[in-house]
Amino acid sequence: MSDPTGREVLLDVDHVTLRFGGVVALNDVSFQLYKGEILGLIGPNGAGKTTCFNVMTGVYKPTSGAVTFDSQRITGRKPHQINRMGVARTFQNIRLFPEMTALENVMVGTDSRHYTSVVGALFRLYRKRVKPEELPVVNSDNGLIRTIQQIRRTSAKIFGLSRHTLEERAGERKSLDLLRFVGIEQRANDLARNLPYGDQRRLEIARALATEPKLLCLDEPAAGFNPAEKEELMQLIKQVRDMGYTVLLIEHDMRLVMGVTDRIVVLEFGKKIAEGSPAEVRENPKVIAAYLGESADA
Amino acid sequence: MTEVTRNNPLDRIRDLTGGVGSRFRALPKWQRYAAFLAFVVFLYYLPLLGIPGLVWLRTDSIDGGNNWAGVLFTCAIYVLIAIGLNVVIGLAGLLDLGYVGFFAVGAYSVALFGSRQSPVVAALQNRFNLSEDWAVTWAVCIPIALAIAMISGVLLGWPTLRLRGDYLAIVTLGFGEIIRIVVRNSPSWSGGPSGVAAIPGPQGAPSPDNTVFGLIDVKPWYWLALTVVLLVVFGVRRLENSRVGRAWLAVREDEDAAAVMGVYPFKFKLWAFAIGAALGGLSGFLFASRGGFIEPEQFNAQLSILFVAMVVVGGSGNMAGVALGAFLLAYLPERFRDFNEWRFLVFGLALVLVMLLRPQGLIPSRRRARELKDRQEEVAPGV
Ligand SMILES: Nc1ncnc2c1ncn2[C@@H]1O[C@H](COP(=O)(O)OP(=O)(O)OP(=O)(O)O)[C@@H](O)[C@H]1O
Ligand SMILES: [Mg+2]
Repeated sequence: MSDPTGREVLLDVDHVTLRFGGVVALNDVSFQLYKGEILGLIGPNGAGKTTCFNVMTGVYKPTSGAVTFDSQRITGRKPHQINRMGVARTFQNIRLFPEMTALENVMVGTDSRHYTSVVGALFRLYRKRVKPEELPVVNSDNGLIRTIQQIRRTSAKIFGLSRHTLEERAGERKSLDLLRFVGIEQRANDLARNLPYGDQRRLEIARALATEPKLLCLDEPAAGFNPAEKEELMQLIKQVRDMGYTVLLIEHDMRLVMGVTDRIVVLEFGKKIAEGSPAEVRENPKVIAAYLGESADA
Repeated sequence: MTEVTRNNPLDRIRDLTGGVGSRFRALPKWQRYAAFLAFVVFLYYLPLLGIPGLVWLRTDSIDGGNNWAGVLFTCAIYVLIAIGLNVVIGLAGLLDLGYVGFFAVGAYSVALFGSRQSPVVAALQNRFNLSEDWAVTWAVCIPIALAIAMISGVLLGWPTLRLRGDYLAIVTLGFGEIIRIVVRNSPSWSGGPSGVAAIPGPQGAPSPDNTVFGLIDVKPWYWLALTVVLLVVFGVRRLENSRVGRAWLAVREDEDAAAVMGVYPFKFKLWAFAIGAALGGLSGFLFASRGGFIEPEQFNAQLSILFVAMVVVGGSGNMAGVALGAFLLAYLPERFRDFNEWRFLVFGLALVLVMLLRPQGLIPSRRRARELKDRQEEVAPGV
């Protein structure tokens, strides 16, 4: 699917309306997201931005309208199916798995691309041959342990390694890489709930990236950051885009949004009131009106 | 990480008792294995316990105390239950108050298919023209009991796992009671209130000729149950340290976030339920085999509450913890039998005390730091 200008549409939000009883959280909202861009989704508090994310990730079902991702209908699918199609997100009010370590949090993300289930983890019968450098190492000085290591190495040579073991290894390696990418590798073994606030936000991004998405949705990732941290985050988001991800960004800080996005969609009271390049949106009288008196930094 | 100054005496006791686990975890891997191995050997030796300084541990060291191996057997099947229930409550975070239902299902599976006196076996004999002596062999009853328990777990879970928290607890509480009441009220196939006798063991129906798994000497039964427990520990450990275990924890911690990260909560909750049910059934199976006789009133809701207490007291989410909890809750009332009615008061006080001092349980769940193998050097020490 592509639009007249030839750019490939990744996400198509098509006349989506969502009502909560009397509240119309989204009112006939339509916009498109092109592959490889960073789209900003802005609007005053309560405009319906988070709700829009929830519709896109299957948490809410729209009252009417539909969302299409990568030419497949999202609406009506379950959250984990949508994740597997390639949509990942972070949460405005951080929602990590607090009693799991940072590394495990990210590994839950990598698990979404893995297949080992109960039978596989229990019996480990499904085996694959591996290259010599992937075999278990023999490195202990203690004779007994060395013998055990040798037995394990030999049996891995003959029988191969189980899918469980291989997936576990790959997941751990990738998760550590992602933790390093967002800059909290030294926190790998700390419980998520013990991480400082900023690191928790970074961990959420790492966990979302671990699911190998095509589209990364960030819900106010810079909330509560100081200017230096915001600058860092801006660079991180750009890096993510350069790695080939498409990014949808909700953010209140106008400087950050203007600095990093390619296009912006503006919501107010559940309605789309503007769409365009950062420069266009900044000059749009409706947007100025919506933000007047709303927040000083607009 | 800054250490908060702690002056509260309760906190100080907590600190004192909390260091043991982390110190054990800090030992090199092979030392932990060696310690575990020694512990297993000790467990097998336990029914013969005769070390002069430790004989007072035996329940038959007091007047009117119960057979020591018999108590150990009970402890072992309770530990099995605690490990199964821990998968459901501790790992997947599903409060199941009707676990006795699965215990009963396992017990009745071996009773109804294995005993010559059961209505089910009689019906099968008639239907297929089998001899009067025919009944399903004990060993064949194992997969039957596991399958029936697992299916009952799935049947209960399928419609109810959409419920959360308290609602699930109420429904499962009802399930435990329903099993007992249905069994009591259906004498045509379950033996009704009078129960089922002549339940087989590994050597067939109970008889004085059974040399190993007899009625008098319980030691072999304990060794059998202990072996089952160790196998189950091995299996559940494998699950815990895998994609499945992480999915369970993620669902326990935040179901919606887990779903958005690609975990299908329903699937993994159903697995937790099925595995928990199978282990509860296995425990009931051993219980019925050993006793040779069961009746519905043995499977009351109080037992369910005791099971949950074992998990909570021991440390929900930690296998060693819940096993310790189960052991203590089965062992202490037996050891202090000579206190008569007082022991229940003391028991209750002890539970309250444990919850005050260690609200997370005796051995709280603490996710082990993953051993980072070759990457360890690159990781700077925690700031
Ligand atoms: N589950 C819900 N039930 C009822 N109303 C809801 C629900 N979720 C959101 N709303 C309402 O929908 C509207 C949009 O909320 P939403 O959270 O999407 O705003 P937002 O643009 O993300 O605002 P903020 O900048 O404060 O995060 C609000 O009026 C909110 O009260
Ligand atoms: Mg919001």
